[in-house]
Amino acid sequence: MKVLRWSLPLAIFLVVLGFLFVGLFRDPREVPSPLIGKPAPAFALSQLHEPTRTLTTADMRGQVWLLNVWASWCVSCRVEHPLLVDLARANVVPVIGLAYKDKRDDGLNWLKANGDPYRLSIVDQDGRVGIDFGVYGVPETFVIDKAGIIRYKQIGPLTADALKQTILPLVRELQRS
Amino acid sequence: MKVALAALFALSIAASASADDVLDTRLKALENELRCLVCQNQTLADSNAPLAEDLRREVRELATSGKSDDEIRAYLVARYGDFVLYKPPVKSTTYVLWFAPFLLLAAGAAAWWSLVRRRARLSANAGSLAPSAQAAAARTLLDD
Repeated sequence: MKVLRWSLPLAIFLVVLGFLFVGLFRDPREVPSPLIGKPAPAFALSQLHEPTRTLTTADMRGQVWLLNVWASWCVSCRVEHPLLVDLARANVVPVIGLAYKDKRDDGLNWLKANGDPYRLSIVDQDGRVGIDFGVYGVPETFVIDKAGIIRYKQIGPLTADALKQTILPLVRELQRS
Repeated sequence: MKVALAALFALSIAASASADDVLDTRLKALENELRCLVCQNQTLADSNAPLAEDLRREVRELATSGKSDDEIRAYLVARYGDFVLYKPPVKSTTYVLWFAPFLLLAAGAAAWWSLVRRRARLSANAGSLAPSAQAAAARTLLDD
């Protein structure tokens, strides 16, 4: 009983301390997406370069691909952009660019100025497809498999680490299956 | 005739206005329990973020197309997860969240109860000492 008197508060304190310590290294802005493991929402969007042509989810069936949600007004998109350009040069996986709530001209100019790493670009002017994909912080990047299932979502800018350690190994694994 | 027409017109305006009011209060209540994903401590009703505007538009469209509040909530949860709900659902992953406070309350009550009982026992023991012995004990305590 005597021992409990000081050991119990100490134990509770240590547990709380442990939770708080772990909390220091977690990002509250990263909300786990309920779409992981679910089919990518169907869309049919007009292409950025050729407005009369559309791209649909079904067009990408049979290949592993990345969907990169970006915008010309998005500052942190500039941070990840060089990584995407490098990725395009390596030619390991097709990246589709989704210009989210962007004006067509702004998007085109931005790509002209910063380099265009995308296999194809599409425009989501009113942000509805973004909502279907649960986008809440641009940039976001989705890994979608051959069957059209979303396998991974990167919230915020891509990093060299995230690409090397998570995304590219996952892409390779999905491409083999 | 003119008067009747005018009355009818006024009535129809009043009716449509009240239908709008009903929808508005319903949407307001719904938006107040949904979280804005961009500024996470604000509700969808409070937030001025562009995404919140889009989501309010979406919620309004779903409501006018005849969807119930639960269907609208389900629509948002399917896209953004339970995090959009300020009132989380009761399910296996949220049992701790929902029931831990009651467990802590019960533990606190138990601790308080045992403390009270022990105090009662101690004071009963102290009462059994002779008055002079009590005074002596008090004196030694004070002298310390």
